[in-house]
Amino acid sequence: MAVPILKQNQFLIASIQAALSDKDLIQLRDDLAELVGRHRARGVIVDVTALDVLDSFATRTLRAIAYMTKLRGADTVIVGIQPDVAFSMVQLGLTLENVATALDLEEGLSFLQRRLEDGRHGS
Amino acid sequence: MSQRNAAAAGTSSPESTFDLLRELVSHLREKRTELREEWAKRITESRLLTAMTREEVFAEATTVYDNYVAVLETGSVEALQAYARDLSERIIPRGVETQEVLGIVLLLRDVLARSLFKKYQLDFNLLNRVLDAYEPAANRIANTVAVGFVQERERIIRQQQEAIRELSTPVLRVRERLLILPIIGLIDPQRARQLTEQLLRGIRENRGKVAVMDITGVPAIDSAIANRLVQTVEAARLLGATVIVTGLSPEIAQTLVTIGVDLSKMNTVGDLQGGIELAERVLGYKVVPVDEGAPRH
Repeated sequence: MAVPILKQNQFLIASIQAALSDKDLIQLRDDLAELVGRHRARGVIVDVTALDVLDSFATRTLRAIAYMTKLRGADTVIVGIQPDVAFSMVQLGLTLENVATALDLEEGLSFLQRRLEDGRHGS
Repeated sequence: MSQRNAAAAGTSSPESTFDLLRELVSHLREKRTELREEWAKRITESRLLTAMTREEVFAEATTVYDNYVAVLETGSVEALQAYARDLSERIIPRGVETQEVLGIVLLLRDVLARSLFKKYQLDFNLLNRVLDAYEPAANRIANTVAVGFVQERERIIRQQQEAIRELSTPVLRVRERLLILPIIGLIDPQRARQLTEQLLRGIRENRGKVAVMDITGVPAIDSAIANRLVQTVEAARLLGATVIVTGLSPEIAQTLVTIGVDLSKMNTVGDLQGGIELAERVLGYKVVPVDEGAPRH
């Protein structure tokens, strides 16, 4: 099942609705990396609220998404990780290092917005 | 013994057991007042239910008696079960013990059995058959009441344990998006699990952004618990929240260093005040005294 990717202003929002196969995850990674360039997006939100498990492949792919989009000019934030999922990820040593996380979509958007403004003031 | 077996064989057909129970029931109904009083007297003599007044004992005894007869008559223990639960709920807070409840039911069984002996003493065969019908039913009743009582007690204990556990790791919101989690006393694995759950759930429910975990009141932790705390902090980060740990004692600091915690993953501040101040800075709050901040008139 492909993940719909919505564009809102300078941000892309990928909202995962159901458990994904490894192939779907790769597809999502490639789509996001491609779309970031095409839409000149400055931020990406991946919403995983609907997932009740995140395995090592999914975690690795999420990290790859964050790094790839970063290289193409957009910050990625993962939102909506469920408490149980978070704790089992940590127990498995999957901690998404150097990847931004936020509570939900709203938080993620305000995080990206702030990043954007900081960047402007900085330069 | 052989006589008893013969009697039992004679009453194996369900109708006759049924008839005997019917006879039994009408006998118990007839002697209701007398037997009930005898029972209440025996309860008092045996110094059972001392937490209750004589009148209360008598009132409960009446209800139990009627329920008892109803069970003998219908063979269904459901009404009695419900009553036993209800009774337990009322008397457990007053300190009535399991042995007392079991004691009074067994007393009733004996009082009724005695009255049967008296009634059928001239016909030993019939007495045997009546007892064969009566005993299983009576034992079942004793069982039902005792089990009902114990279950109720266990339910109350479970409820209280749950309450204590919840209270032992409160997650409190001090400001919009700022939670504090004061921990006092030893952390055992069970409590550590509770703590993780409560904190992560609290972050989600209160939309917490920063949580200050104060462990000033924790004397020491072992490496398993230390790891668990670090994992909790990381899991909170995955939810998008920052955890600030405050009040680490020298012993705990030593433990954390010994197990080699990656300190870049953990924010620590000396005391709770410092932790809350840092949290406020992270959230963009600025706290100023009223007269300095905005002088009035």
